[in-house]
Amino acid sequence: MKVTKRQKGDVTIIDLDGKITIGAGDLALRNAVQDALGSGATNVLINMSRVSTIDSSGVGELVSAYTTATNRGAKVKLTSLPAKVNDILTITQLITVFDVYDREDEAVASFA
Amino acid sequence: MAGMADMAEDHRFHLDVGSRFENIELVQVVLRDALERLGLDDDGRHWVDVAVREAIANAIKHGNGQDPRKQVHVDLLVDGDDLVIRIGDEGAGFDPARIHDPLAPENLLRPNGRGIFYMKSFMDEIHYGARPGGGTLVTLRKRLTRPPQSPDSSLEEGPA
Repeated sequence: MKVTKRQKGDVTIIDLDGKITIGAGDLALRNAVQDALGSGATNVLINMSRVSTIDSSGVGELVSAYTTATNRGAKVKLTSLPAKVNDILTITQLITVFDVYDREDEAVASFA
Repeated sequence: MAGMADMAEDHRFHLDVGSRFENIELVQVVLRDALERLGLDDDGRHWVDVAVREAIANAIKHGNGQDPRKQVHVDLLVDGDDLVIRIGDEGAGFDPARIHDPLAPENLLRPNGRGIFYMKSFMDEIHYGARPGGGTLVTLRKRLTRPPQSPDSSLEEGPA
């Protein structure tokens, strides 16, 4: 999985591209979120638009990102979920836990 | 036209892979090809793929403890109208009753424990048992939907 980071105002956006699966993508996601939070980011938006597959380990990392951020007083939100990623989060009822936005601009605005 | 018995022979495969997560991708290549030839559409292939990923990941992590000398054994076959995929490990065995409910409010924010739930969600049946020779064998079953009948045959079978 490819991970890139960019900044929009005071929101750190993490773009994920590929598979968030055990052994590689899940670790890349964990590192990216820890890097962002470690360097002082309090508003983190994960852009999922190019995620092709996510497994339970990837979902676990999303949950960890959410709880780690919340414990630090930071926020992690998600945007642009492909239908299959949305399905995966829906059947485990996590869609109700995460702050999920259809579009990146509305997600960025929601941190204000 | 191939009958079901021929079809079963055509698509059957067996793979033994070492306990490394990157080998999941190797199995996926072979699996995806078999699923395509069995006529599963994009969505069908995706969800079987996810279920099998979870089963192999469990076999590598919890079954074989990521010991690369231990193998994961994958079989695919067609049994009647069912696609059957068996994933075996060489671990100490596993009691699925010990898995917590990932939908219980107190478990919702746990980072783990969703793999079996996803397997159950995306397959029609899942069964855990002992693998002959030691370890755990998980059997995943999915009904293969039949292609629609040709207009001619439906006319023959329809009401007069």
